[in-house]
Amino acid sequence: MDRKNKDFSGASKNDLDFLQDNQNFYDFKNADDYEYKIKKGLSKEIVEEISKRKNEPDWLLQIRLKALETYFKLDLPQWGPDLSELDMDNISTYVKPKTESKSSWEDVPEDIKNTFTKLGIPKAEHQYLAGVGAQYDSEVVYHSIKEDMLKRGVIYTDIDTAVKEYPELVKEYFSKCVPLSEHKFISLHYAVFSGGSFVYVPKGVKLEMPLQSYFRLNSPESGQFEHTLIIVDEGASLHFIEGCSAPKYSKVNLHAGCVELFVKDNAEMKFSTIENWSKNMLNLNTKKAIVGNNAKLDWVSGSFGSKISMLYPMSILQGDNSSTEYVGISFAGSGQNLDTGFKVLHIGKNTTSNVVSKSISKSGGVATYRSIVNILPSAINAKCSVNCDGLMLDSISKSDTIPVNKIACNDITFSHEAKVGKISEEAIYYLMTRGLTEQDAKAVIVRGFASPISKSFPLEYAVEMNRLIDLELEEAKND
Amino acid sequence: MKQLLSIKNLFVNVEDKEILKGLNFEVNAGETHVIMGPNGAGKSSLMNAIFGNPKYQKTNGQIVFNDVDITNAKPDEIAKLGVFMSFQNPVSVEGISVFNFIKTAKSKLTNSPINYFDLKDEIDKYVLQLDMREELSKRDLNVGFSGGEKKKAEILQMLCLNPKLAILDETDSGLDVDAIKVVSKGVEMFKNDQNAVLIITHSSRILEHLKVDKVHILLNGKIVKTGDASLVDFVEKNGYAGFEGEN
Ligand SMILES: Nc1ncnc2c1ncn2[C@@H]1O[C@H](COP(=O)(O)OP(=O)(O)OP(=O)(O)O)[C@@H](O)[C@H]1O
Ligand SMILES: [Mg+2]
Repeated sequence: MDRKNKDFSGASKNDLDFLQDNQNFYDFKNADDYEYKIKKGLSKEIVEEISKRKNEPDWLLQIRLKALETYFKLDLPQWGPDLSELDMDNISTYVKPKTESKSSWEDVPEDIKNTFTKLGIPKAEHQYLAGVGAQYDSEVVYHSIKEDMLKRGVIYTDIDTAVKEYPELVKEYFSKCVPLSEHKFISLHYAVFSGGSFVYVPKGVKLEMPLQSYFRLNSPESGQFEHTLIIVDEGASLHFIEGCSAPKYSKVNLHAGCVELFVKDNAEMKFSTIENWSKNMLNLNTKKAIVGNNAKLDWVSGSFGSKISMLYPMSILQGDNSSTEYVGISFAGSGQNLDTGFKVLHIGKNTTSNVVSKSISKSGGVATYRSIVNILPSAINAKCSVNCDGLMLDSISKSDTIPVNKIACNDITFSHEAKVGKISEEAIYYLMTRGLTEQDAKAVIVRGFASPISKSFPLEYAVEMNRLIDLELEEAKND
Repeated sequence: MKQLLSIKNLFVNVEDKEILKGLNFEVNAGETHVIMGPNGAGKSSLMNAIFGNPKYQKTNGQIVFNDVDITNAKPDEIAKLGVFMSFQNPVSVEGISVFNFIKTAKSKLTNSPINYFDLKDEIDKYVLQLDMREELSKRDLNVGFSGGEKKKAEILQMLCLNPKLAILDETDSGLDVDAIKVVSKGVEMFKNDQNAVLIITHSSRILEHLKVDKVHILLNGKIVKTGDASLVDFVEKNGYAGFEGEN
């Protein structure tokens, strides 16, 4: 009998073979060795210097300067985590690594290449990705796309290159989804943004394999402000994966990236993120998508690490019959405040949104699900279903849900379910009587809790997510 | 005969209420024991106390398993010594299939990786013998299982994990007539002269296929009487009133 073909459910996604001690392999650092690190702080001179070094067209510099002005005018958000410890005078907003962007790993400097090798990027590229971008501090150091993707007209490059090579396309879409003045940190982003990916998938082109960009922040007391701009043209489809990590430093680092997605009529896109920031990181990220007629956009989001995260991807369901899904998990440990969630704006008729959110907190961590569902009068026959669960691993941790629902249309279906609870002692005991240590038992329960999310990731990323969960649980033990 | 379990003068509190009050008994390898007693007598509490459930505080006494003092051991340590308990009310755990759970437990208990295909064959075999629905092992652990399915899943775990001592807490209650027969046969299949079974029950049905060595009556926090298999019939006919005076 051919044993390989024997059917079995669950595959290895639930396989717990690797329930074992993990070391935090994300936490390794290279020397703070750069070609150029801009002086700390924020000023017109600094913004102009960044723009000049990038040799940018004037229209982009004007956007930066306008954004800077707005940044100084806007207040810190009056809700959510306390951001008062962020002092821009102590952050260097631009750090250029000692290399230009390469299209072969051979040409990437050794220490940087080793960083991405440890993170598994070249291997993933080889095995199942259609293209890869890798950013180190403020600049992309590697970008490559498979030959046949190029032939089909797919563009996948860093933003700086796109500005030069596809100026019309960039100009048409840049900052058109996320406006400069939406909140203080998006203004900051536009003032000093650097790096990120640009993707254009032409009409009708369906990518079978995902593209992945990885963002690594190595430099202490610095910020990363990458801008990802993706256009999936009519009838096309794309799965884009984003990974982020950083080693731990004693002082605050800042991440204020921006993702703008345009999913055109009849197109489909999935945007998956696994972030594992070090616990000195303030992660104030903005992601938004405009979804066309009969188009579909799915967010899959795994938020790990960081000291504070404020991250609420948003879908604008502009087209009729458009749909979106948000599947997200966050894990807040000791000293962490993860404020994450989802925003959706229903404009078109027959639009659908589905949310599954899971948050885990332990050792005094705070995990909050914050959402806005906004259904406009035009969104006749809209459907929205929200399901969020919080799991607290002890009694000193917090889990909360703060939904805001604005429904201005009568002819809709809406459901919202929220559950917050403590991990079951009874379940831990039951699993322990089968030989699992308390730690393993908790890992099984937490992974099970997270499984609706990990199932949404491709296998390799589900495995990584489970490893991150184990890592967090390990740290719980040591706290 | 090798002594497997020995309980001496055990006192147990649950939420500051004394449930067990100086309980003694022993189980040897190769034996099948039955514990009977009225509702609320403390039978499940005893099992939980044996297994180191933190809610059940031992205020006095000693429990030894296979020459190891397990009075203050943790549940996983006790499991690793070869003790298994089929729960009266098994807990549901989302996101892990019965199969993967057994695989994990087995690798933890044996401290070695488990061959996927060997285990699959083993589970398939037992699923058939226990007359379980095949897809059950692929479902999340006990999630949405009927009462009877949960009990059978416990026996499936017992067979796969192959403990030295299996404690069955009312595994028969909630099972239909045919299912009791199947489970009873399953226990018979498990039983050999190296291991032991301790069955808590309110009825004699599950014992049909088993050779019972000893029957203990638990009342007022103590074993008030120990006898042979005939004690089961006596209880079924007369209830526990007759034991009140014993001590
Ligand atoms: N976890 C617990 N919390 C509170 N009280 C408990 C707990 N476990 C047991 N008790 C109490 O201890 C007493 C003995 O309960 P136990 O479950 O051991 O009885 P039992 O002999 O197994 O009964 P049954 O035949 O009904 O299963 C009961 O009064 C019960 O309410
Ligand atoms: Mg009981």
